[in-house]
Amino acid sequence: MHVNPKTLLWLLSLLLILSCMGCQRSKAGITVAGSTSVEPFAGLLAEEYMSRHPESHIYVQGGGSTAGIEAVITRAAKIGMSSRNLIGEEKKLYTVTIAKDAIAIIINPKNPIQDLSLNQIKEVFAGNIKSWDKLGGASHPIILVTREEGSGTREAFQKFMMGKEDISLEALVQDSNGAVRQVVASNPNAIGFISLGLVNNQIKALKISGVEPNLTDIENGKYTLVRPFLFVFNEEPVGEAKSFLEFVLSPAAQKLLSNEGLVPVLAKIAQE
Amino acid sequence: MPVKEKIIEKIFLLIALSSITILALITFFIFEEGLPLILKIGPKAFLLGERWIPGKGAFGIFPMIASSFWVTFGALLLGIPLGLACTIFLTELIPPSIGILLRPAIQLLAAIPSVIYGFWGLIVLVPLIQNYLGGPGLSILAGSLVLSFMILPTIITISEDSLKSLPPSYKAGALALGATHWQTIWRVLIPAARSGIVASIILGMGRAIGETMAMIMILGNAVKMPTSFLDSARTLTTNIGIEMGYASGDHRQALFATGIVLFFIIMALNTLAIFLSRRRVH
Repeated sequence: MHVNPKTLLWLLSLLLILSCMGCQRSKAGITVAGSTSVEPFAGLLAEEYMSRHPESHIYVQGGGSTAGIEAVITRAAKIGMSSRNLIGEEKKLYTVTIAKDAIAIIINPKNPIQDLSLNQIKEVFAGNIKSWDKLGGASHPIILVTREEGSGTREAFQKFMMGKEDISLEALVQDSNGAVRQVVASNPNAIGFISLGLVNNQIKALKISGVEPNLTDIENGKYTLVRPFLFVFNEEPVGEAKSFLEFVLSPAAQKLLSNEGLVPVLAKIAQE
Repeated sequence: MPVKEKIIEKIFLLIALSSITILALITFFIFEEGLPLILKIGPKAFLLGERWIPGKGAFGIFPMIASSFWVTFGALLLGIPLGLACTIFLTELIPPSIGILLRPAIQLLAAIPSVIYGFWGLIVLVPLIQNYLGGPGLSILAGSLVLSFMILPTIITISEDSLKSLPPSYKAGALALGATHWQTIWRVLIPAARSGIVASIILGMGRAIGETMAMIMILGNAVKMPTSFLDSARTLTTNIGIEMGYASGDHRQALFATGIVLFFIIMALNTLAIFLSRRRVH
């Protein structure tokens, strides 16, 4: 077998270049992966961070809370994003709450209802109340919209709102906050739940037993449908990851998050 | 240079083998991940169970198997007459000037990404169904309508090929016996090309069962037994697509197990299509 030495040289140099590109990337950047609820906010933070530190690179990827945590365990990502609390084996990881997010119960703006009690919402999502007239609305069937199994938003809703009760199997299932919002915005009889930061004027966020989902009532604990946004690390972060985390917890970054509708954790930092 | 030729030959063999190896690896991986769960909860509980609540360890996929067939059946109900009419028009009745435009247009249907079909269905069809027929709008009807367009290119191109490959003597003979053009098409050409047409329908069915992205967007994904075409439904493919990102442990294995079921359905359909298209009617 005869191989042209020139070709061999070419291939070798190509290999060298490729491997160099690889090592350079992993040296200068860190990967943040996980929850699609946290992803847009992490993206904003990464942009802001990179504009202050032009030499660094933060790669933000989605994939879901579980995928993010797995990526941290297998060291495919430096930082994992999770919108749910860690369970079982995962609890060994090092976690930092970077902000809190409230979940809003949303309905179509054409629906006259403004306020429901915790119990009413629970009965609606369990499928026991099937018509809006039982809640003081028009006599139309209620169309439930929920998130898919395993979603952090769904898990938080299940835990705080439903308890042991299951969400009705009749419910439509959408795989992102945006898709839930789209269905509720286009259907006058729909009810769903999404991250408060993503509520806009296409839909209406309900009061729960008279409490409106706003920053004041979330911070003073009156609005209880709140879950943490976590950064997950293998061990206490050092270097670039540490510097990014410090930035995320800084007043400037927390201000950015609060402008986006999240609940900052600054107050907690001050106490520590 | 026979040595050089040998080497090139081997390289091509290697490349050809690698594609089969990849297929074998995928198959192995799906079974390795999914089979343990089926065995753990029992094939009957998995295939015939009606409750899918992964958080509580309930992994019944019967509603999804049923929904897959509902959606596909609906798509065929609309797609077969449309596809056959189109094929007959294209091969027998068409003025050549229109054919130049029509054929590429039909092939273009196959090139449109499925997410675009889904988006169109979500924005156009779903509100129409919601306003005029009631229900959530995100429904089997909407899914079937969109799928019937998506399978048209498959049905039309393959059945057109089988009509065109008929010996010209069939048509000439029928016409010479005094049959009208329409009688020739309906009584002679279509029956003669039957095996190819049936194969095209089965391949279209495979396409419909396998479609994921568009269906996630327009079916509504509720996990229950469908009872009408206006109900929301979740097919086997959308079950995997919608829950993959967050699934872990048993839940993830259950999604791979869903893949195994899908694998068998598609295999059966493709085998049937190959078998039918090889059989020639003489």
